[in-house]
Amino acid sequence: MSEMDTSSGGGHKKGPGVKKGKKLSTRVDLTPMVDLGFLLITFFIFTTTMSQATAMRLFLPKDADKPEDQNKAKESGVITLLLGKDNNVFYYEGQLDNSASNFKSSNFHDIREVLMSKKQRTPEKDMVVVIKPSDECSYKNVVDILDEMTINVLKRYALVDISNVEAQLVAKSEENAAAAVKN
Amino acid sequence: MGRAKLPRKSTVIDMTAMCDVAFLLLSFFILTTKFKPSEAIAVTTPKSVAAKVAPTKDIVMIILDKDGKVFLTMDDESVKEVMANTLNSTKNLGLNVNAFKKAQFFGAPFGQLASFLALPEDQRKGNLNPGIPVKDSSNNELVAWMSLVANAYQGKKPNLLLKGDNLAKYPAFKSVIDAFKKNDFLKFQMVTNPESAPVGTDLWKQSQSGEKRED
Repeated sequence: MSEMDTSSGGGHKKGPGVKKGKKLSTRVDLTPMVDLGFLLITFFIFTTTMSQATAMRLFLPKDADKPEDQNKAKESGVITLLLGKDNNVFYYEGQLDNSASNFKSSNFHDIREVLMSKKQRTPEKDMVVVIKPSDECSYKNVVDILDEMTINVLKRYALVDISNVEAQLVAKSEENAAAAVKN
Repeated sequence: MGRAKLPRKSTVIDMTAMCDVAFLLLSFFILTTKFKPSEAIAVTTPKSVAAKVAPTKDIVMIILDKDGKVFLTMDDESVKEVMANTLNSTKNLGLNVNAFKKAQFFGAPFGQLASFLALPEDQRKGNLNPGIPVKDSSNNELVAWMSLVANAYQGKKPNLLLKGDNLAKYPAFKSVIDAFKKNDFLKFQMVTNPESAPVGTDLWKQSQSGEKRED
């Protein structure tokens, strides 16, 4: 944009012989500066993350020493999730069979379907999810599966230690799966 | 003929006012932006649908890094002072109370705590530190730490936070939980990054129908 020339036109008449100094305008075109200012503002707005860390709550049960103090759950409403390594999830409903025929494998994507169908099949007060993380699974897996409880609005769930039998089953089925991939 | 001559107006606008506004906004944004305090221990937290914002006051945070090392941070300096004095009198560690108060985090077994505190703050970079030993369930030092915290808070409940790395293994997480349980800290919160509820799930339906959720 052109600048306004204020120096032109009818300057003061100085005495004869005095050279007329050219008057320079003091006005500066501020348009580029405004551009820069807004550019910086947009930059700051876009790079600032507003997200604050959130927290998910977990209430731990008090360890019950006596067996009669422990919570009881109806067998038909129980589903047990076992977390293995490499984001594997295994599950069974009710009690584990001797032959482990109801032991099924799944993953973090499909487990939602399993939980939803279980939720629809069982009355709300009987539904209990037992989560048993194995030593191989990661913290992320545990948080994800707890999150799955919130996502599917399951009120009763428990974090329980894995038993030896189950740990072996998990390890075995993981081996089998690995072997199947190789062949 | 009868048309009135419109005076020609200059198209140049004075930009000074706009410039003022732009830089005023800019300085406002710069001054109000709080920088994330650089963390001594690098942790990538998992995502969850939890919507509650993590508390920032009165916190006792346990950090679980990707190798399963455990660190403790707290923000209340008066509580830390009490803890340092208790440690000095009960375990005879000879800790520098002032350094203990100012320390950003604790990540050493009790035996090495004095030398840990003797290091300058900028050399205590997280991943080089040994961390609080928790692996061995018979010698879980976090249990002692948590009972110290419980005593120092004297019945008041601090906000107990657990900030774990995605890659941390479950046994480390379990020993932290055990330490909480043994000291009757039955409520704690896990720091996560927010994520929205997946479409089609029950939680999503709840939030669509405007139901309030209980976290």
